[in-house]
Amino acid sequence: MDKTINLTLKVWRQNGPREKGHFETYQVKNISVDSSFLEMLDILNEQLISENKEPVAFDHDCREGICGMCSLYINGRPHGPDDDVTTCQLHMRRFKDGDTVTIEPWRAKAFPVIKDLMVNRSAFDEIIAAGGYVSVSTGGVPDGNAIPIPKPDADEAMDAAACIGCGACVAACKNASAMLFLSAKVSQLALLPQGRVEAKRRAIAMVNKMNELGFGACTNTRACEAECPKSVSISHIARLNREFLKASFAS
Amino acid sequence: MSKSDLKINSKIPEGQLAEKWTNYKTHQKLVNPANKRRLDVIVVGTGLAGASAAASLAELGFKVKNFTIQDSPRRAHSIAAQGGINAAKNYPNDGDSVYRLFYDTIKGGDYRAREANVYRLAEVSNSIIDQCVAQGVPFAREYGGLLDNRSFGGAQVSRTFYARGQTGQQLLLGAYQALMRQVHNGGVELHTRTELVDIVIVDGKARGIIARDLVTGKLHRHFGHAVVLATGGYGNTFFLSTNAMGSNGSAAIKAYHKGALFANPCYAQIHPTCIPVHGEFQSKLTLMSESLRNDGRIWVPKKKEDAEAIRAGRLKPTQIAEDDRDYYLERRYPAFGNLVPRDVASRAAKERCDAGFGVNATGLAVYLDFKEAIERLGRKVIEERYGNLFQMYEKITDENPYETPMMIYPAIHYTMGGIWVDYELQTTIPGLFCCGEANFSDHGANRLGASALMQGLADGYFVLPYTIQNYLADDIRTPRMDPDKQPEFAEAEAGVTKRFEKLLAIKGARSVDSIHKELGIIMWDFVGMARNKDGLKQAVEKIDAIRKEFWTNVRIPGNTDGMNVELEKASRLADFIEIGSLMARDAYNREESCGGHFREEYQTEEGEALRQDDKFSYVSCWKYAGDGQEPELVKEPLDYEFVKRAQRNYK
Amino acid sequence: MSNFLTVNIGRKFIMSISGIFLILFLLFHMSMNMVLVFSAEGYDMICEFLGANWYALAGTLVLAAGVVIHILYATILTLQNRAARGTDRYAASNRTVTEWSSKNMYVLGLIVVLGLLLHLYNFWYNMQYAEIAYGHDGYEVPAGSKIVGDLFVQPLYVAIYLVWLAALWFHLTHGFWSAMHTIGWNNKIWLDRLKVISNIVATIIIIGFAVVPVKFLIFK
Repeated sequence: MDKTINLTLKVWRQNGPREKGHFETYQVKNISVDSSFLEMLDILNEQLISENKEPVAFDHDCREGICGMCSLYINGRPHGPDDDVTTCQLHMRRFKDGDTVTIEPWRAKAFPVIKDLMVNRSAFDEIIAAGGYVSVSTGGVPDGNAIPIPKPDADEAMDAAACIGCGACVAACKNASAMLFLSAKVSQLALLPQGRVEAKRRAIAMVNKMNELGFGACTNTRACEAECPKSVSISHIARLNREFLKASFAS
Repeated sequence: MSKSDLKINSKIPEGQLAEKWTNYKTHQKLVNPANKRRLDVIVVGTGLAGASAAASLAELGFKVKNFTIQDSPRRAHSIAAQGGINAAKNYPNDGDSVYRLFYDTIKGGDYRAREANVYRLAEVSNSIIDQCVAQGVPFAREYGGLLDNRSFGGAQVSRTFYARGQTGQQLLLGAYQALMRQVHNGGVELHTRTELVDIVIVDGKARGIIARDLVTGKLHRHFGHAVVLATGGYGNTFFLSTNAMGSNGSAAIKAYHKGALFANPCYAQIHPTCIPVHGEFQSKLTLMSESLRNDGRIWVPKKKEDAEAIRAGRLKPTQIAEDDRDYYLERRYPAFGNLVPRDVASRAAKERCDAGFGVNATGLAVYLDFKEAIERLGRKVIEERYGNLFQMYEKITDENPYETPMMIYPAIHYTMGGIWVDYELQTTIPGLFCCGEANFSDHGANRLGASALMQGLADGYFVLPYTIQNYLADDIRTPRMDPDKQPEFAEAEAGVTKRFEKLLAIKGARSVDSIHKELGIIMWDFVGMARNKDGLKQAVEKIDAIRKEFWTNVRIPGNTDGMNVELEKASRLADFIEIGSLMARDAYNREESCGGHFREEYQTEEGEALRQDDKFSYVSCWKYAGDGQEPELVKEPLDYEFVKRAQRNYK
Repeated sequence: MSNFLTVNIGRKFIMSISGIFLILFLLFHMSMNMVLVFSAEGYDMICEFLGANWYALAGTLVLAAGVVIHILYATILTLQNRAARGTDRYAASNRTVTEWSSKNMYVLGLIVVLGLLLHLYNFWYNMQYAEIAYGHDGYEVPAGSKIVGDLFVQPLYVAIYLVWLAALWFHLTHGFWSAMHTIGWNNKIWLDRLKVISNIVATIIIIGFAVVPVKFLIFK
């Protein structure tokens, strides 16, 4: 129950987007294996504050794997060495006493570092703003049951909609491609009759925006899918491609 | 204590319950499209209430400025709601109606909510479902293609719409997408990683905010003809709660300091099924959905020596014989059994643990056992129903709930209290509105499951966009102010700067978190699940001591330039201390037990909550009286015109 | 359609279409090679048929264009993808489990191109090119079967060709399903099926090509 471990942490420190970053090495001791990875970083920060040093900045919020705020590239994997989890759900029992843990921010041109391990993911918001919605305003909509939707379609739409926008797909991809993120939204809305209406417009607008923001191309390595904490499938990328190509050839 | 001449006017429209909202809408003032473009509305917060309000107001043509402390509007903590959203659609044909949803909500709130507000909430609930479906929210469906419903605590009908265990996420993404559409169209100016640090009042009206850019550390002034707070609840006063780490009550405290009333601060909901605390470095508590209680049986050992052996790690729960287990909820509440409401289940768990029967190394946990359900239904059925929750549990605790019972313990989850608003969702400061969990209005003393999402979206999509016009219609001649030329803005900004400088100058020895944890323990011990007069009195004193400790001994590294997470946390903690103090005072004042507020002195012989309707049928509204002064209590009487009050009974 | 060729998916579409075209060519080429296993005369007839005739030359030009486009877009995309990672790179080596070939398509492609250059020198240069350049001077192009036979009695060449084919195999196992995926012809159910088909297609092509050199090495 009360097993504890000691670790060496190599943490990326960077003061601002334009500053040069570097690794700092820290020691943390007596970390309970039942604590989460972020709690371990909390302990590190308490330690730094007590030494009058500046704590490590990292993004986090809900700490239950749904807000998509936490990130971190831990020992060569986004969200660290466990499957289907976000960093906040990663627990220290995944590490061994004496391990060296390298902690880096997401690396992508479209995700500039804000400070230390924090990156700016507003590119994702821009992609959604370009067309990741159904253009209906509040009020004046039909009854919820007016249009029946086949259960398999609704379920597949939900599979895609489970995306939490954390950016692990971009971080895992050797090309820093945002295709899994983008396809999840395009696919969700293309599968539902409500979103079908403007599916073409949406696909083109969102793909153009993604390109403009400097994300790479999809090479179908499936790294995104492997690291996605919500197991979003690359089959949505196929649907996105289909939507985009259909829309392009028709216009 | 100086009595102010403040009179509470809740502005309830005339007429029968079912006619009030229609009457209001028929007679309210509206703003014409050309004038809407000339009116600025500030919306703080991007959760269900904030995002839906910002999007809807922009769709109408208002110029909206929307603020969030996170990196994206989609991170707001509404995203974590699991179970579902209620609506009176009566799709299953099981006898549901607007009145029944209204009645269940009023009863669930232990008769401490405003009838007219709750009725309106039930009335617009159906439109919310239609709106979300139109936005592409992938609600669960049946094979026929129509929407599916599930049942939830406190109701006899199935009226809960859901999207797997991620309903909050899907609804928030729907609102977020509507918001981003308006950002794209230029109707909303979005400010992410930006925190409200003060509200600016000009000539008695809310006219803007001072906001801190959390990345650069710079303060910015923003003007608005009206300001809407949709900043969520203050559960994090307890440090450990199911809220997100960033959830805070600071906007509410700023409003309170400017003259808005803080209503019913003591009504906090404690959720019975959370994963127990594992150690002192725990940062937050994780909720396990209420739905688990449908099939799980809750128990502790009958014999104290067994409980002790389990705590010491000498005995495993699976080794305890059936006869030596105390299924205390089934024993005490044979009619409802494991499905009693949240407040009842939480108190029963605490009672057993306090009596020395608790498990886990800490003694602060009870078992939630699926053995019987697995035997009855088969592992596959259980896996289909709760697979994702079991997996989540295993990731956190490293224990397999298919083989060994889960351990659970109650935790702070939601705050029913909040900023006082009238029927129009306007605070006592003209032009300052408050919606969602941040206000106090609809849940009374206890919130039913699947009602928080309903209220947030009702306020944002269907209530505020109407009621705010009634206010703004009188403001069409007010030109946009230049905040740089307005002395009130400069003054507010100077105040904020001074406060931050004061915080940084303390240079004490203790980290923000260490003080926050201490506050949390006091809150949990004295203002938690069971409260009493003596404890609450102590709590007020202890919180005063913490306030002193904080303002003399906190250590915040760095300065105001650039990002400073510790400074953000410290500023919020200073406000949590004020809220904690208000909660304790309010709980002390309310000498009765109702919903989430349980005073040990007021219970039935069987240990159930005992209301004192003759004395406490009112909303406690606290008015700020100045730094270090006792706040003033103003009462809004709750007259029940349409519903007859009764003792809640779940036996 | 306006900016189809400037966005990633459009460029990837070009990669896919040119890739599938090249796979079809490989199948065509491979089936002709198979003739040599059974009949040297038949093979020589095909070689003559595909000599410096206008249709064969036109076909060669289209094929060359396909190769150039495929390589050109691969290069553009690779440069763009490298830029997308940003200036700071990960210090820890990546530990995400993925299909190895998918991450090394450009390198595999380079090996394939090197092999291709050798191959063109060994064969095309001595066959079609020789006919174009010297055919009108009465130059007699040697029979295809002889050129093949002379080359593959040398174990070193056989080894080089087998390495080349191995790289091609890896390139194709990923390339085929990936192309289908990029065109949008994929879904949850077909994802695994396409990968199987991809492996089968690649294996058939590579075995078909490998048979000839191996046969000549063993049965000199």
